[in-house]
Amino acid sequence: MTRYADMGQVAGDFYTENFAQTAQEGSLILNLGPQHPSTHGVLRVIVELDGEYVLRADPVLGYLHRMHEKMAEVKTAAQFIPNMGRVDYGHALAWNWAFVGAVEKLAGIEVPERAEYVRTITCELNRIASHLLWWGAYLLDLGAFTPIMYAFDDREKILDILQVPTGSRLTYSYFRIGGVAQDLNEDCFSRIKAFIPWMRSRLPMYKDLVSDNIILRKRIEGVGPIEPELCRRYGATGPVARGSGINFDVRRAEPYSVYPKLDFEIPTSPLMDARGRYDVRMIEIEQSLRIIEQCVEMMPEGDTLVKGAPKPSWKVPKGEAYFAVEGGRGKIGVHVVSDGGKNLYRTKLRAPGFSNLSLFAEVSRGTILADAVAILGSLDLIIPEIDR
Amino acid sequence: MPAELIRILIGLVAVALSVGLIGLVMVWVERKVAGHVQRRPGPYEVGPYGLLQPLADALKLVGKQLFMPDNADPILFWLAPVLSFLPVLLLFLPLPLGDGLYTMDINLGLLLILAFSGLAVLSLLLGGWASNNKYGLLGAARAVAQSVAYEIPLLLSVLAVAFVSGSLDLATVVKEQGTWPWNWNIMTQPLAFLIYIVSALGETNRAPFDLPEAESELTAGFHTEYSGMGFGLFFLAEYANMVVVCSVATVLFLGGWHGPVLPGPVWFVLKVSLLMLLLVFFRWTYPRVRFDQLLNINWKWLMPLAVANLMLTAFFVKLAQYAVVK
Repeated sequence: MTRYADMGQVAGDFYTENFAQTAQEGSLILNLGPQHPSTHGVLRVIVELDGEYVLRADPVLGYLHRMHEKMAEVKTAAQFIPNMGRVDYGHALAWNWAFVGAVEKLAGIEVPERAEYVRTITCELNRIASHLLWWGAYLLDLGAFTPIMYAFDDREKILDILQVPTGSRLTYSYFRIGGVAQDLNEDCFSRIKAFIPWMRSRLPMYKDLVSDNIILRKRIEGVGPIEPELCRRYGATGPVARGSGINFDVRRAEPYSVYPKLDFEIPTSPLMDARGRYDVRMIEIEQSLRIIEQCVEMMPEGDTLVKGAPKPSWKVPKGEAYFAVEGGRGKIGVHVVSDGGKNLYRTKLRAPGFSNLSLFAEVSRGTILADAVAILGSLDLIIPEIDR
Repeated sequence: MPAELIRILIGLVAVALSVGLIGLVMVWVERKVAGHVQRRPGPYEVGPYGLLQPLADALKLVGKQLFMPDNADPILFWLAPVLSFLPVLLLFLPLPLGDGLYTMDINLGLLLILAFSGLAVLSLLLGGWASNNKYGLLGAARAVAQSVAYEIPLLLSVLAVAFVSGSLDLATVVKEQGTWPWNWNIMTQPLAFLIYIVSALGETNRAPFDLPEAESELTAGFHTEYSGMGFGLFFLAEYANMVVVCSVATVLFLGGWHGPVLPGPVWFVLKVSLLMLLLVFFRWTYPRVRFDQLLNINWKWLMPLAVANLMLTAFFVKLAQYAVVK
């Protein structure tokens, strides 16, 4: 039989062997993933365990690397939009927005106001869907099987709303350079208006049944504390940073679109632990509902796509631009460089999940294995976004 | 004594059959309850109300290839599932379903159940260790620590009832209780009942204490490498253990076969089913506790409470005897 203490006998790949070289005497090296229930896809984390305690952890990336940035070089700008729906399947519209926003900024295209409102509504709906997905999956990590079914029930309603204008349910490519593909129709508005009170009626139930549950509280309170300083050092953004008390949200910090006109709060939590991140996301669902409600009321008439919007054969003006939006996981930034051709010369995608995951190695050190899983889940990882 | 032997043989066959049947029914109940808790219908395609679904699952499990990983210990690897299932059959022998309706009249029935249920942990340890898998190893380590810890408050809470009844014979314990709920031991020993239920969850590795197989951390814990009937036996043993635990709770605390109007065995089955349903509800409602919390609950709360309860019980029992003698 293989002796666990002696890693020299175990055949491993480069990462395992490299990791094992500095292992302590008598420790156990365990590969969590790439196929593991709590890594949500194909993330691989090598951990060194002393009993149940994590001595070291090292995430190994790249199992879902799909060369999105390279593909941007061989497709014209308009053709690249479908790729953006596939980078982060949780909050695909935010990525849509980041990319078309960057190209619009580069080309100086003014987007019609109605299109901005449509973008905000759909993007916020998508954010709620993203947070619900995280909520269900996170509780699955913590061993509660039921919440994910309720979360998917609510999420289903959002997908039903979004599939009409966008034509898809998960990997949206709805935004266009200069607007959106289609206006929201009357049926869509009535569904959205019905969804807001529905979702509001569900949130207190989730609080009573799940958020205040004693076992859940014991599992996430005080687990995985992340100091604000650490967040800044690793460039963590989104609910992870806000859960550590950093009041940073791109919608307020670098205002774009119609967000300056809207009345909503940026929730932060002083707790800095998994509980803080959990609370921030739950409050963000409420805030997103507020945004949608206001947008539906303030909706102006007009076009949703600018006249003479770029076609696939459109030549992008020379120059470069950077545009950032707030996604479900944090700051999504797209930097485009054009040399005046149809294809963009370079497209750099800044994925928030990548920075957030970098925290894991440091935060999980010294925790118990179950806590490491709780921390990994609380970072809200979408692997295709991290690997790009 | 051929008559006694025949009785035991018939009993064993009946137990083996009913354990299989209970396993099938419980799988259906669990999936149906889980479905309705989660706002979905649960199984409904195979047979009326999906009743034949577990049978289809069982056939699938039986038909699967028996697979063993490289470097696993072949003897121990296959011994573990068998060892987990066999002692469970013995646990059913002293259980009285009705007045005189038991396989074996043992005056130490309680002791027999406690002793043989202790064997279950050995099979988990063997299964986890022999499969040469790190998750299995961690799961086995958890299983041992958990079972050993939770056996103690379980034993102490059961002892309190034995003190009150003055017997370790299950039939005697039931006979000491009366027809109505206020005549049952749960009224005099509510704390012992609570401790028993919590410890029983820990002993049977049911959620929220299902840490040996915590799938979000250890994929499947000790039975990671098992498939087909190897896994099936572990699975069956888990349900059979649940039935035993609930039956013992019924006998000790809920008046066994006692109850108004309906015949005894019906009451017994009814009470056991209710307790089983409770365990199923727990599983689909709560998140999983962490391992250190699990042990803390045991050593810091259940153990001292059980000891205190036992001492109080002993004191009052002695007091009552003293008063009677006087």
